[in-house]
Amino acid sequence: MAAVIECGADIDTTPENHMSLKKTLSSASPLTLRIVAECSVTKARACDLVLPHCTVSTPVFMPVGTQGTLKGITVDQLEGLGCQICLGNTYHLGMRPGPDLIEKANGLHGFMNWKRNLLTDSGGFQMVSLVELSEVTEEGVKFKSPYDGKEILLSPEKSISIQNSLGSDIMMQLDDVVSSTVTGPRVEEAMHRSIRWLDRCIAANKNPDKQNLFAIIQGGLNADLRKTCLDEMTKRDVPGFAIGGLSGGEEKDDFWRMVTLSTDHLPREKPRYLMGVGYAVDLVVCVALGCDMFDCVFPTRTARFGSALVPWGSLQVKHKQYAKDLQPIDPDCKCPTCKRHSRAYLHALFKSDTAAMHHITIHNIAYQLTLMRSVRQSIVEGHFPEFIRTFMKRMFPSRDQYPSWAVDALASVNVTLE
Amino acid sequence: MAGSRMKLEFSRVIQGRSRLGVLKGLGRNGQDSMEVPGCLLYTHFGTVPHLTQDTLHTLSNLPSVTQVTLSNIAEHQEVLEEFKDGFRKFAGLHDTLLYCSLHDPAAPCPTGYTTNKTVSVWGSGGRIELTVAKFMALQKIVQPDWYQSMADGETWQNNTSRKRVRKSVDRTLTHLDECLVVHQNSQELDGVEVFGVVEGGDILEERVRSARETAKRPVAGFCLDGLQTGSMDQTLRTQLIAAVTKELPEDKPRLLQGVGRPDEVLACVEAGMDLFESFFPFQVTERGCALCFDFNISPDPERAVLELNGGERDTAGETQPNGDHNLDDQTQMTSFEIDLKDKRYQDDFRPLVEGCGCYCCKNHQRAYLHHLLVTNELLAGVLLMIHNTAHYHGFFGALREALANDQLDLLKDRVLRGRGGQTERKE
Ligand SMILES: [Zn+2]
Ligand SMILES: [Zn+2]
Repeated sequence: MAAVIECGADIDTTPENHMSLKKTLSSASPLTLRIVAECSVTKARACDLVLPHCTVSTPVFMPVGTQGTLKGITVDQLEGLGCQICLGNTYHLGMRPGPDLIEKANGLHGFMNWKRNLLTDSGGFQMVSLVELSEVTEEGVKFKSPYDGKEILLSPEKSISIQNSLGSDIMMQLDDVVSSTVTGPRVEEAMHRSIRWLDRCIAANKNPDKQNLFAIIQGGLNADLRKTCLDEMTKRDVPGFAIGGLSGGEEKDDFWRMVTLSTDHLPREKPRYLMGVGYAVDLVVCVALGCDMFDCVFPTRTARFGSALVPWGSLQVKHKQYAKDLQPIDPDCKCPTCKRHSRAYLHALFKSDTAAMHHITIHNIAYQLTLMRSVRQSIVEGHFPEFIRTFMKRMFPSRDQYPSWAVDALASVNVTLE
Repeated sequence: MAGSRMKLEFSRVIQGRSRLGVLKGLGRNGQDSMEVPGCLLYTHFGTVPHLTQDTLHTLSNLPSVTQVTLSNIAEHQEVLEEFKDGFRKFAGLHDTLLYCSLHDPAAPCPTGYTTNKTVSVWGSGGRIELTVAKFMALQKIVQPDWYQSMADGETWQNNTSRKRVRKSVDRTLTHLDECLVVHQNSQELDGVEVFGVVEGGDILEERVRSARETAKRPVAGFCLDGLQTGSMDQTLRTQLIAAVTKELPEDKPRLLQGVGRPDEVLACVEAGMDLFESFFPFQVTERGCALCFDFNISPDPERAVLELNGGERDTAGETQPNGDHNLDDQTQMTSFEIDLKDKRYQDDFRPLVEGCGCYCCKNHQRAYLHHLLVTNELLAGVLLMIHNTAHYHGFFGALREALANDQLDLLKDRVLRGRGGQTERKE
């Protein structure tokens, strides 16, 4: 509750902010969304998302710390990069070290000594994607532990119980995940089941005053199913919504239409989290479509292979062409890596030590966070459409290389790319 | 070079052997110094393993000298040649002195590849053969503050023949003379110091000959090669060091290559060594262990806490003291560390070492480190390297303090306690 009170002292006098605050207080969730600015052209918005551990400036990219650590980066380094919220994976942490131990360590915050916000997923997605023999029933997801072969049931109650032990600021409901390329009755079944599981998750949350539970909109690539799911889920008093079941190999044309359909029907005063999205172009376009929060393992995973993210795409540090390149990865980047090291040194270091990976990981997180800060600033200053045009020009060598889905998506929110 | 600026000033020499002092006149402007006994900062290509500059600089009191090795650098000769401003700048190192050695003390070097004219180093892309000309060309582009001269150090294996040992001494002296000729004719190396390398395997007469001859050359200091952990026991090492140091001038520093275990460091300091390489904390980190040996000899109230820590190590039970003397042992756990992969640390919410001021101990618990290790997370190496580096350099600080206060026996007692019968048998 501290966060809400703190926000009250910081209150804006505009009527809509009053309204959103009241709504928050009535639902007694430990989350407040203050809309700082809305783009007058697109659906983009800049908000202050007040969570128990600190305020998050949105749009925000959330780095993924799967096992309670962010790939070789210390929590101080992550904080130094300005990260206000990162992810932990319930499936991994529930297996090792397990919820009991993390609870003893004062939750995941205490265990990893992270002072800012954490979001945990439900564990369902990993289960379906990582564990071969998983079976979904109305009860939950049944699977065999890859560690001891024991049969385990991840029910909505169990997922929430683990996430309660982890103590994350935002928990995700267990949803019935189907691949976004699947069609037919299974998609509809999963959507309805996800709604039923949402209710079970809400009922199971032991800490509604400390931990926010987000609903996940399902419905595959079917607009009617998405709409039904949106109608049902928005009736529930949850503090935020995620758009799920996308970013799994579907056509980008389908992807953006589902995103924009979802944001059209989600309540303005609650945060919208687009799951699993993290490529720079996707981020910028989906902010324009009205999303606030994003996560993706890509920037940190790709870093370990020597791929550095830059405003013109990516730079493969391990490629021979950089062996004698004495410039920093991105001369305009202000991250600790670019301030000190050249492409040539990092190229050589990849042959000698794992610290080379850490350097790129730091740069890539800095790139993602800086990109989102620039997006936010342009929204606040009222020139987001111009930002998009400049961003696209820098990212692609020529106009005809713009992905058509991005052009269409942006046109749908009144941004034409010249 | 005859007017080498590097000078050892002693504040104390105990029983004519253990030397406490300051190595002055370091760096190309001669303004820097380092305390001895001391150790260099171990790196891979200028980077302390696992650490970025941010994480490295959570550590205070880092050594003023960073060690780089030609085994890492040789394959990058071309880019460094183009860069022109030396390795220090290339690696983004700013405020450190650079010492360039031939081999990486933590990486075993295959034997059978040296010739009369060449030695070989092993980089990521395989073997690189160095002649004196190439060796010196590399020094010119690295631009270290000091370097060891080229040496044939292939005598560390047991049962190396007397003939082979003699050849290694001869070759190494020839290499040194040739290096010195090139050095003196290279403006780029003006103000850079050379350390001569003392070889001689485990043969006393050859050790003495190598030391005596090297000392006749205009070198700033000496590297003792071929005495590394695994090549011989400490009794023999001590004897050889004692014989060698008798031949060396008092006012020049002596660096011991390949010895890093705390018990061996203590014995070698007593035998008259000044400088060490800090690869040991790296080896400990790589096996998922944390240094925990006690070196606190100051009588303060926190004593009780540390006592507890030491006591725990004693009862640890499954530590496997490293007693046998073969090279394989370098990867095996010693009694100076705890194995954090062990299940007993799963729910241990204490810091690695109670009272340790390092970033890892101030922020994280054994249970977390255990988790990072069993899940193969990269942060394990980062945090362990921070702690192990802090602990190891703390040990060297304590060693100097003990020498200053005439408490070396007390320190030895602390450090070796918990090694039980192991120590008795060995000494
Ligand atoms: Zn950067
Ligand atoms: Zn420590």
